[in-house]
Amino acid sequence: MLVQQLINGLTLGSVYALIALGYTMVYGIIELINFAHGEIYMLGAYMGIITFGLLTTLHLTFPTSGAALLIMMVMAMLFCGACGITIERLAYRPLRGASRLAPLISALGVSIFLQNFVMLAQGPRDKGFPHLFAGEGIDLFGSRISAIQMFIMATSVLMMAALQLLVHRTKIGKAMRATAQDMQMASLVGIDVDRVISATFLIGSALAGVAGIMVGMYYGLINFFIGYIAGIKAFTAAVLGGIGNIPGAMLGGLLLGLIEALGAGYISSEYKDVFAFAILVLVLIFRPSGLLGKDISRRV
Amino acid sequence: MPTPRLSITLIQRPFPRIVLTSLWFGLLSLPLMMELKAPFFGLERPLLVSAGVAMAGLMRLAVSQRGGPGAERVQRMVGSIGGAVRHLTEQIDRRVIYVVAVASAVVIPLSLNRYHIDILTQVGIYVTLALGLNIVVGLAGLLDLGYVAFYAVGAYTYGLLSTRVGLSFWEVLPLGALLAAIFGILLGIPVLRLRGDYLAIVTLGFGEMIRITLNNWDSVTRGPNGILGIARPRLLGFTFSSPIDYYYLILVIVLLTIFVVDRLNQSRIGRAWTAMRDDEVAAEAMGINLMKAKLLAFGLGATWAGLAGVFFAAKMTFISPESFTFFESVIILCMVVLGGMGSVLGVILGASMLVILPEMMRQFALYRMLIFGGAMVVMMVLRPQGLIASSRRGIALGPKDRQGSASAAVTSPQKMG
Repeated sequence: MLVQQLINGLTLGSVYALIALGYTMVYGIIELINFAHGEIYMLGAYMGIITFGLLTTLHLTFPTSGAALLIMMVMAMLFCGACGITIERLAYRPLRGASRLAPLISALGVSIFLQNFVMLAQGPRDKGFPHLFAGEGIDLFGSRISAIQMFIMATSVLMMAALQLLVHRTKIGKAMRATAQDMQMASLVGIDVDRVISATFLIGSALAGVAGIMVGMYYGLINFFIGYIAGIKAFTAAVLGGIGNIPGAMLGGLLLGLIEALGAGYISSEYKDVFAFAILVLVLIFRPSGLLGKDISRRV
Repeated sequence: MPTPRLSITLIQRPFPRIVLTSLWFGLLSLPLMMELKAPFFGLERPLLVSAGVAMAGLMRLAVSQRGGPGAERVQRMVGSIGGAVRHLTEQIDRRVIYVVAVASAVVIPLSLNRYHIDILTQVGIYVTLALGLNIVVGLAGLLDLGYVAFYAVGAYTYGLLSTRVGLSFWEVLPLGALLAAIFGILLGIPVLRLRGDYLAIVTLGFGEMIRITLNNWDSVTRGPNGILGIARPRLLGFTFSSPIDYYYLILVIVLLTIFVVDRLNQSRIGRAWTAMRDDEVAAEAMGINLMKAKLLAFGLGATWAGLAGVFFAAKMTFISPESFTFFESVIILCMVVLGGMGSVLGVILGASMLVILPEMMRQFALYRMLIFGGAMVVMMVLRPQGLIASSRRGIALGPKDRQGSASAAVTSPQKMG
């Protein structure tokens, strides 16, 4: 029972972590809570279904379902990345330098717009996600890790490792870190700040798109509303780890997943969502900088 | 002549760029429009796509022109409407306007049918709510996304006390308002140190926690089934039952709200709030007790939601958690933002518009939230201060100065916090 809850928690937590990365990266650079980020994740899930539908309608068959999954993920990443960049250009960039309230309300508007757009275009009902994994999974201490759970955890770790490499080893990563530290200074030394911000939205949104596909596979059902609650939880994860801090978001996501799984398993599953909010409030009261938030120089 | 200028600037823009952006939006919205059953493409879909693309392209155009002559023109057009309204109200003696407005609010509904009176009652509820939220968001600059929680507190206070204890409407009305204020302060205490964006999320979480609790606490709130058979208000043997009775009841509440909020706005506390909204550090340096000011804002803002909630429960005689979702909070926020944060007149206008327009466009009901979302973005980008910008004057000015300040507000709209 305990081990099973831990496994479930880690699976969910690694998805939260992927979404939380997008929040934290954007916040690290332009100090904006991107309310629409949860919606990007929802778009990723839909893009997965749509790509799958397209592949089957065009009678493209693959030797393994893994290849189809890969195509779905790439499409979702591309689509979500494009959406992220567009949203930034449209709704946030014109408001740079305005009061703090304006971009928040604008982000809220984007979120509502996207939700309703998808509801109108794809219908309000739940959509079934294709089953791509037939694997049995393995037994571990009397509990079972399904193939999907293994896949989700492995992909998340891979994505996070890739992100760490990107941030610390590449030129654009360096530019991102510089912009996060001091935007004005970064532009003075010749960094194209607009491009860096676009890149940040691209990367964060692409990660959220992957997360969308993974959750779709995990639960088997998606609807236009999934982005709302997932967005809040991922934000909680980002705050828990220290917003603006990339390893913090990963840690926060995993912790939140664990707490939620244990809370749902041992206390009450009806109040599952309340736990996330309660944690958020507690963290903000007692440690507003988050678990890893002290190290300001490392935020990106 | 605003129209010719606008069309000229539209043509002057490099044509390919507009086409490119429209294509880009088409590309983005196309996959989402795909039907998953065979035949793969439905027939009504392309229509939706093209409508979406056209809208998106226009939005992009409007956004890219921010600061350009076209956008300024649009801004000035919207601004001059607000300015004209304010100018007009400043020319005539304010008391005359008040008397005329109140008199027409009392007399006109007598000639309307039940349906229209019901809508006006709705307007009243939302004006009360929006003016309450305006204290928190517009005056104090604290973004509260869980405002509907206090509305729920008021409604459930009356629902429970009426069905279980048998208290009357008039006894619960102040109780509900007080309880909502206490909840407001309770929410305020932990979030005192938080900055704007954290605050938004925490208040959102608070709103959801209240709703989830109402939904799951079956033994007290009867969960999603809600509370039935809430008593109607009675006064000296007269029972409020027809729409017009409720209309006059909410009218009294609205007038009280307007009066109090307007007085608050011009009081010491109101000035402290505005100062805090514009610059917390500077406000504190000037001797404003930030903690007290914030708690007062939360408490006084929540009070009106509590009042509106009690009235709502009494009017519907049935309440359930479904009436108190996050979207209700968003709609109330929209009213404040679209009307003009901090401006009492603007907020009343915003609330009336957002209740009446959807009623007039019943056939577009599905698209309502879509339009709200889009309008919030466009509003923030083009005219962040709302339809009627709040005016801030320290001392009473002479007639000539008044004209000057009114036109100044039109030509150089100040940024709102």
